[in-house]
Amino acid sequence: MKNVYENEMKLEFSSKSNNESFARITVAAFATQLDPTVEELADIKTAVSEAVTNCIIHGYEDKEGIIKIECRLFANSIEIEISDNGKGIEDIEKARQALYTSKSDLERSGMGFTIMESFMDEVKVESVVGIGTKVTMKKMIKVNNEIEVNEVKL
Amino acid sequence: MKVDYIKEDKLLVLKITEEIDHHSCEKIKKRSDYEIEVHIPKKVIFDFSNVNFMDSSGIGMIIGRYKLTSMFGGKMSLINVKPAIKKVFEMSGILKLIPIEETEQIGGTEFEKCI
Repeated sequence: MKNVYENEMKLEFSSKSNNESFARITVAAFATQLDPTVEELADIKTAVSEAVTNCIIHGYEDKEGIIKIECRLFANSIEIEISDNGKGIEDIEKARQALYTSKSDLERSGMGFTIMESFMDEVKVESVVGIGTKVTMKKMIKVNNEIEVNEVKL
Repeated sequence: MKVDYIKEDKLLVLKITEEIDHHSCEKIKKRSDYEIEVHIPKKVIFDFSNVNFMDSSGIGMIIGRYKLTSMFGGKMSLINVKPAIKKVFEMSGILKLIPIEETEQIGGTEFEKCI
């Protein structure tokens, strides 16, 4: 049985808050090909939700815009790129700090990047003011032992 | 959201029945604030038994309701929190202020009836 493969998908949608659940559910559905655990899948959904919410609230500041997601599957990892053409981040280091929020009036906790960082194995943030922001996240997915068992049976 | 108020105990139980993200938070905030302001409860319990997803928007939402409840001298706790959601709460440190309680601890007969 073949358990090493590569696959890719791209997604574009409007920066409307009701697309937050659409985005995380779609990425999670794509990720199931790697046979992740329930916990790994929950981590991916939460990280995607954080990144997409950032695009909507901060990148586009609730104005119309397009959010892009590119997802790549490797043998034992997933890479997710989430980007917007919004206003960009002036100080990335500050934005990544736990509890920092530029929108305290909205009751934001300032935990978005902290959650992405702890739920995923790698988080890279690239941003140019006035051009947009791209967040690239990677997560290792442990290869399920069940596959080996099946191979022996066959 | 399912709302139950137990008058004798001044206990307000707010059962959230959807995934919690930035989108759904607005609705949950408005309804919770209304109920808290109407009843001025001694204790507010958020029941998470029907919540299968929450991102950091939920942390801000709960802190905001906690502030409002405390302003009136009330306490707050969370019940039936699933592991994935507990993980998000644990990152924020707010469980020190707003503890997750076992259902039995608070369960008088009145409370059992309303869940």
